[in-house]
Amino acid sequence: MNFETIIGLEVHVELKTESKMFSPSPAHFGAEPNTNTNVIDLGYPGVLPVVNKTAVDWAMKAALALNCEITRHTKFDRKNYFYPDNPKAYQISQFDQPIGEHGWLEIEVNGEKKRIGITRLHMEEDAGKLTHTGNGHSLVDFNRQGTPLIEIVSEPDIRTPEEAYAYLEKIKSIIQYTGVSDVRMEEGSLRCDANISLRPYGRDEFGTKTELKNLNSFNFVKKGLEHEQIRQEQVLLAGGIIEQETRRYDESTGKTLLMRIKEGSDDYRYFPEPDLVDIVIDDEWLERVRAEIPELPDARKARYVSELGLSSYDAMVLTLQKPISDFFEATVKAGADAKLTSNWMMGEVSAYLNAQNKELEETELTPEGLAGMIKLIGEGTISSKIAKKVFKELIEKGGDPNKIVKAQGLVQISDEKVLLEYVTNTLDANPQSIEDYKNGKDRAIGFLVGQIMKATKGQANPPLLNKILLEEIAKR
Amino acid sequence: MAKMTKEEVIEVAHLARLAITDEEAVHFADQLEAITNAMELLNELDTENVEPTTHVLPLVNVMREDKSIEGLPRELVMKNVKEHEGGQVRVPTILD
Amino acid sequence: MKLADKTANELQELLHSKELTIAELTEATFKRIQELDPKVDAFLALNEEQATKQAAEMDQTDAGERGPLFGLPIGVKDNIVTEGLETTASSLILKGFNPIYNATVVDKLREAGMVIVGKLNMDEFAMGSSNENSYYKNTKNPWNLETVPGGSSGGSAAAVAAGEVPFTLGSDTGGSIRQPAAFCGVVGMKPTYGRVSRFGLIAYASSFDQIGPITRTVKDNALLLNAISGHDEKDSTSANVEVPDFTAALTGDINGLRIGVPKEYFAEGVSEASKQAVKDALKVLEEKGATWEEISLPHSKYALSTYYILASSEASSNLSRFDGIRYGYRTEKAGSLLEFYMNTRSEGFGDEVKRRIMLGTYALSSGYYDAYYKKAQKVRTLIKQDFDKAFENFDVIVGPTTPTPAFKIDEIIDDPLTMYANDILTIPVNLAGVPAISVPCGFDNGLPLGLQIIGNYFDEETVYRVADAFEQATEFHKETPQTWEGAAQ
Repeated sequence: MNFETIIGLEVHVELKTESKMFSPSPAHFGAEPNTNTNVIDLGYPGVLPVVNKTAVDWAMKAALALNCEITRHTKFDRKNYFYPDNPKAYQISQFDQPIGEHGWLEIEVNGEKKRIGITRLHMEEDAGKLTHTGNGHSLVDFNRQGTPLIEIVSEPDIRTPEEAYAYLEKIKSIIQYTGVSDVRMEEGSLRCDANISLRPYGRDEFGTKTELKNLNSFNFVKKGLEHEQIRQEQVLLAGGIIEQETRRYDESTGKTLLMRIKEGSDDYRYFPEPDLVDIVIDDEWLERVRAEIPELPDARKARYVSELGLSSYDAMVLTLQKPISDFFEATVKAGADAKLTSNWMMGEVSAYLNAQNKELEETELTPEGLAGMIKLIGEGTISSKIAKKVFKELIEKGGDPNKIVKAQGLVQISDEKVLLEYVTNTLDANPQSIEDYKNGKDRAIGFLVGQIMKATKGQANPPLLNKILLEEIAKR
Repeated sequence: MAKMTKEEVIEVAHLARLAITDEEAVHFADQLEAITNAMELLNELDTENVEPTTHVLPLVNVMREDKSIEGLPRELVMKNVKEHEGGQVRVPTILD
Repeated sequence: MKLADKTANELQELLHSKELTIAELTEATFKRIQELDPKVDAFLALNEEQATKQAAEMDQTDAGERGPLFGLPIGVKDNIVTEGLETTASSLILKGFNPIYNATVVDKLREAGMVIVGKLNMDEFAMGSSNENSYYKNTKNPWNLETVPGGSSGGSAAAVAAGEVPFTLGSDTGGSIRQPAAFCGVVGMKPTYGRVSRFGLIAYASSFDQIGPITRTVKDNALLLNAISGHDEKDSTSANVEVPDFTAALTGDINGLRIGVPKEYFAEGVSEASKQAVKDALKVLEEKGATWEEISLPHSKYALSTYYILASSEASSNLSRFDGIRYGYRTEKAGSLLEFYMNTRSEGFGDEVKRRIMLGTYALSSGYYDAYYKKAQKVRTLIKQDFDKAFENFDVIVGPTTPTPAFKIDEIIDDPLTMYANDILTIPVNLAGVPAISVPCGFDNGLPLGLQIIGNYFDEETVYRVADAFEQATEFHKETPQTWEGAAQ
């Protein structure tokens, strides 16, 4: 029997507001434990929440960027459950009137485009952080408690782990463009839970799903789903049944492990938050937020293809991360050729960032620097080979490429007289190589070029050198 | 309203994180049943076209500007905490 | 010189003429508390050291900088958070809780220059009508120490009635200011929902709770409401409306006032004495030029059920934060986290609190939400509409505050439904969110009776005007209870 895989994703995104969702304490990541809290975050008796307006603006912005319909009369609800990282024993969330509904985004896997539906996007507050000491107790840090979150729930439209990966990359990209979150999985500002079930092809109703947690990177989401897909298939083929359970992805083994079996559905006893009043979004508010949304990755990508002549693939890669795309645009604006810039960004820049495990903004490279260097190549001032040297300098130390080239004497030798002198000297010193070449050993040319490059410290203009060398050999 | 069973009472108590003995459960079952029976009175009313009231005042869009105020000093956070360790609050281990 | 029966104005005159200092007044207050409170049991915690120090400092303030409440003593119900002063809501689960912040009203009392003398007993988490649900002690009714003072603000009403302190704050969710005020023969005001900030009021039922003043006279009451009212950015449900000077409304002129008297408030279960006292009161008001008509608030009989579903539901969620982790009582008997939660909460909460948490949890649980919670929210709308309609034609609604005067301690504590029925005349007001006051209007076998005057939203002024006119025309507020006999100060 063949099975179809059904995947739905729940993504939590922390908004990077200055203060928390319902209290004025700082919402920053990385502070000493329990120093970014106040009596509201700690759920002291008698304290009350007050909504952060920027958080609502930003949730709306994210919802609009994900093509959601905005709920004009929205409200907050309490989700009741006991847990040590949840100090009030209820989380202020949104139940039946989420700020955004019926959205979608488009993914591309192996050249095929597909639209994934977004069921809802709602606002809520983050919980504190629990650490398990392993010696009989756990420790709670409430710094994260109350940080504004949006939860984005997809429709069960995803069919493969690759699609799940692409969906996450796209969500991350779109949210990053809106500027409402850092979307850094390693810092927890983007988190993902995955629901997966299998059903025989042709059947309409869904099979029993399991929920995967502890998915700490997009790669782990993919791997966890791949493993779970196989596990469920094996269970079903062996005549077993899938239990509705929560499973944890184990990074060391690449397997999913049972956390707990869900008994019925959890009873969260949602009810409207009596401490907060409703939010009514009028046209003016909605349009103000909509106007703040910058050009999104899909639009940029289309523009790169139609206006700049990039390939669809290159345009997609360049637009995935906003800092990369912004850098690319600034470089082109500074006068560099778009295709050459694209090649450099996807080649040397990307390779450097991967090797050093850095973000572009953590390097010294500037769009002006890169553009200047690309222009020097175009003008023939430096060779592509020398450019790599200049690039290393630019990305590590920064500076003006013109000055670097001059100061380090990296200017390409394109003067025929100068080159002729080098060629003559080299040929005089290597008569055997001339002989070899004339006897059909083409490799001898390479040796001679190498010698000259050595003598010129690599600055000889390669096509010109080749031309002169062949002419001179012919003369001998 | 169906009669509340002891088991139902125990389930509700569990949701509310209240430990109750069997004896208390029976007692609560009787009392809660009497109360919920009294609540049945509301079913006399046709409320099909009535909007629910969560707030008595017609307030909407009460929000604050996104300005932060420094967090409490940790000594104050820990002032009423009975068990803490290294600036964190201690709780029994979670067996999930 | 007897200070206990003085009004704010009279005390200010003494302070102004230097016949009395704030330090002396504060000392006298604590002396009277020490003498009477062993009988009345109104106070849980006293703030003597701090108050004495504050009083001495305040004596240095120029008369010109003093407001009408400056230097006067006040007691605060124990569900109102006071920084550095133990706040328990009369529950074991908050025993030893030492708040690191003030309720907004407490800051406002300080701004007005009031001296907080202590925290007042109440029914645990404001759930109850007799103060018998306090973990710590039973407050007694100063008029008859064998009867209850009412609840949940029983300590607040009894302390004023006994003359221990001229001002107290209470809170009213379903009648918790008005019912004890009626039982103790004092003046208790529940302001419009949203008039007074709830920040720092330990929540019982968030969409009902309001803090309000309890005093011996209407004027003092209005003075205290002046001090605690106003919009608070920390409370999203607090109304951004102007706060008038409530004392300016006390003109004594109620000529042409239209009073609605709901027939439902004279139904079965309301004692003859209560009915008669209200009828007599109406005559007094008529003599002053008011007119009255019988009206109907047809959904009144549904108020009790509606209230218990909604308030218990909100309470079940509000009280979930009491888990022993960040503050308050923590069980000694716990292995697992689940046991920790269950034992802390079972040991820390009393029976009535558990009962309402259970009821509320049940009403919110899946499968019952629509039948209970949502249904009750809809009926709340109907009850609110009853009031809206009545106020189209009437300035105030008048009736008894309670069906009966104070009952005996232990008399009905084991019968929740009978206990709940005590609030049958006060609960509709909280469901609608309108303001209402209880003023003394008679006696039944030596126990006080209360007249309830209900006003339209944010029209506390009219309520006070009527209450004051009635007070001026009657002597009930001048009567003193048995505890006064032989008491000093």
